Amino acid sequence: MKITQDIKDSTIIMTLDGELDASSSVILDEELSDPEIMKYSKILVDCRNLNYISSAGLGVFISHLQRFEDAQIKLIFFNMQDKVRNVFEILGLDLLMTIVTNYEEAITIADE
Amino acid sequence: MNNSIKVSCTKKNLKLIRDFVTDYLEQLALSDVLMNQIVLAVDEICANLIIHANNEDPSKYIYLTITEPKNAVQFEITDNGVAFQSTNYKEPDILEHVRIGKKGGVGIALVKRIMDKVEFSSKDGSNACLLYKKIK
Repeated sequence: MKITQDIKDSTIIMTLDGELDASSSVILDEELSDPEIMKYSKILVDCRNLNYISSAGLGVFISHLQRFEDAQIKLIFFNMQDKVRNVFEILGLDLLMTIVTNYEEAITIADE
Repeated sequence: MNNSIKVSCTKKNLKLIRDFVTDYLEQLALSDVLMNQIVLAVDEICANLIIHANNEDPSKYIYLTITEPKNAVQFEITDNGVAFQSTNYKEPDILEHVRIGKKGGVGIALVKRIMDKVEFSSKDGSNACLLYKKIK
């Protein structure tokens, strides 16, 4: 798993590249736990190259969701592959998290 | 075609297991979504066995065998670690997990929702998990 961050004003665009399993999701947890991230109001997660997610990866997002919500930080996923989105849907997480089609849509929702 | 693999209990080997299952399933020409679901279910069980049942001890092993009953695919995963207490299993309350910021505990729910049959058994210190999925 490779994670890159691109910062634009109050927005972090986090690009996930690779697979999030019980081994690699630790890296994502470290990134999302960084106190620096709380300075931003929008976290846009580019999932184009996220090829796989297991419960460990989902668990990392689940565990940070409330903290971001309480801090009024918007967490938005975009460019998600169908097979990965399906895993979110199996647990109903697509109803609790914001998953949109592409970057333009992510920006529009983030600015609402 | 090789249908079984022996893997030592480290999390790094989960990728190896997923690649093995993917390679095996290629011949069945499943959809991307279904293929991913099946690989995920096997990965979740193996992750639990490696982390919880065998405490990530690389001197311990898990064994995976894939078979093809009629119109289905079946996985048997065995180990000699601490047996999974399936009677203690409770469906997770995802909203509660979000509220308290809980990281784990949704893997078996995924497996149960994906597979048509999930069975755990133990005998003489050896445990087996059987996963069955209809594919036609």
